Amino acid sequence: MLKVSTISRSFGDRRVVDGVSFDVRPGRMTGFLGANGSGKTTTMRIILGVLEPHGGSVTWRGAPVTQSVRQRFGYMPEERGLYPKMKVAEQVTWLGQLHGLSHEKASANTALLLAQLELDDRAGDRLEALSLGNQQRVQVAAALVHDPDLLILDEPFSGLDPLAIDTVLGVLRERATAGVPVLFSSHQLAVVERLCDDLVIISEGVIKASGGREELRAQHGSARFELVVDSDAGWLRDHPGVRVVDLDGPRAVFDLVNGGRADQQVLAAALDRGGVRRFGPLLPTLDEIFKEVV
Amino acid sequence: MATSFTTSARLVAEREVRSFVRMKGTWVGLAVILVVLFASAVLPRVLSDDPDEVAAVGAAASRVLDGTGLDVREVGSVAAAERLVRDDKVEAAVVPGDPPSGVRVIALDDPPTDIVAALATAPPVDLLERSSVTSNERQLVIQVFAFMFLLFAAGGAAIAQSTVIEKQTRIVEILVSTIPIRALLTGKIVGHAVLTLAQVAVIAVAAPIALTVGGHRDLLSVVAPALGWFVPFMCLGFVLLASIWAVAGSLVSRQEDLGSSTGLVMLLILGPYFAVVFFAEDPTAMSVLSYVPFSAAVAMPVRLFAGEAHLWEPLVALGLLGGTLVLIVLLASRLYAGSLMQTGARVKLRNAWARQSASPSAQVRT
Repeated sequence: MLKVSTISRSFGDRRVVDGVSFDVRPGRMTGFLGANGSGKTTTMRIILGVLEPHGGSVTWRGAPVTQSVRQRFGYMPEERGLYPKMKVAEQVTWLGQLHGLSHEKASANTALLLAQLELDDRAGDRLEALSLGNQQRVQVAAALVHDPDLLILDEPFSGLDPLAIDTVLGVLRERATAGVPVLFSSHQLAVVERLCDDLVIISEGVIKASGGREELRAQHGSARFELVVDSDAGWLRDHPGVRVVDLDGPRAVFDLVNGGRADQQVLAAALDRGGVRRFGPLLPTLDEIFKEVV
Repeated sequence: MATSFTTSARLVAEREVRSFVRMKGTWVGLAVILVVLFASAVLPRVLSDDPDEVAAVGAAASRVLDGTGLDVREVGSVAAAERLVRDDKVEAAVVPGDPPSGVRVIALDDPPTDIVAALATAPPVDLLERSSVTSNERQLVIQVFAFMFLLFAAGGAAIAQSTVIEKQTRIVEILVSTIPIRALLTGKIVGHAVLTLAQVAVIAVAAPIALTVGGHRDLLSVVAPALGWFVPFMCLGFVLLASIWAVAGSLVSRQEDLGSSTGLVMLLILGPYFAVVFFAEDPTAMSVLSYVPFSAAVAMPVRLFAGEAHLWEPLVALGLLGGTLVLIVLLASRLYAGSLMQTGARVKLRNAWARQSASPSAQVRT
């Protein structure tokens, strides 16, 4: 497990990251959410040792992150970059060696990854000859070639078309399932909602919420319910203990008032009047949680 | 298994060498050097292949021309000789004249100095303090060494180039998170030193061939003894400048801006070059220059060659160079590490030194 503990970092007088703490658990995809300039990239750079923190610490499996530990991490920086004039397979293999693989192992891994990312026919091309989307896939391969113990990906899906997102996602999921903790940042809420198991939300350098996705949704859910019946649901307006938020023919959205527990009475009343098609608490979307906490 | 410092540096060096060897410019550059080398050795011989032809009139002319090695063409009259000169059939004509020489030289529009010199009877000269090396030979050695050093010191610019490419493409972030920055710097310097030495070797093989083809074997025997000292000075001098080149590359973020930071490095290379060339005849200046780390690589071997330096002197100069080298490399690796991750405007040296506490204007993006 990767443990980030109260790290801080300033640039000049501006505090960009302030007492940030969170965990990245094995076998989980952890989404790191925040607006542009909220401190995501700085935090990731500190984890990777590219930047020094001005306070706090990062530990991996209970021990401080040293150079040799870091060499086993996989990193995809936000600002993409590989050698433009180097050939794709050669470049990924070289990076694998730099991460401590033998040449044979590195080139075997490269071949496998390029096939998985549907790039095997471009292996001998110079990187600069590839489209931006394909260069991005090479970047993913570069982060994965050494079978990293931990994956840190800064905006891995930006700039990818939906099909490419699925391809890359498949590769990442496979690693997560194999027990590798994956931390990826994004400002695209819809993408994160679909992909992550855990969530860390940062705003202006401060962590606003973190935990399992479903836990967070439950935590941040108000006592709001949705009811869909066969006929018109207008009677709900007069039901005690509830406040109707939205009413549209057979569908109604309502809040429980004063922390009451009228939901079961509403269900019983609805069943008395006819069929119930849908009934249950309405969990907030990530979007709503994000707006609430930020 | 983690890669060690040396493995990381080796991988970086290998990549530098590979990508450099694949660049067309590398081969074009080397080819140009070789072509120039052969041309300057062979062309003068081809162009002035025949000895000058001279017309001679009368017995006195024939006598003075005897044994000068000039190609003599006997003609009957002064008028005939003049015609040959006018028709450009001969360089000049030697005709009967007044004592003491008894001859006169006729030429078209330029006094034929080489022919006149051949005719002159110089008195014998006894040197009281005979130098083993003539001034010409000395000048030649200076030119050769200074030019070689200039060539390869400037070749260090490739290090600045490759550093700025890594910054510009941002792959530097992956590199820095994977291997120590010092391993990156070491790999770069080692890689380019190997490339430079390989080029020196090619030239070292080609130069004797060119000189032999051009009939300058004697020059070869003049330069060769000085080479022994030139090599260690050149190697240390290269590393010294290479680390400075690396810093110059790390200070900017785009290739287009490279000129703004490499000016000073060019000054460090060109300054000593011109100093050595200009002060070649001034023993005091040369003594000083042979100890200054940036010019020692040229000045000290030249002084040794001319027999002006004691044997301990190059050792002291090498020691000074080595000491400066260690200092500069330490300094450079800190500046390099400090500026490598800063993007945006040109990094000020002060900020690079302050290491990672980037100022707001030159900070990494958050």
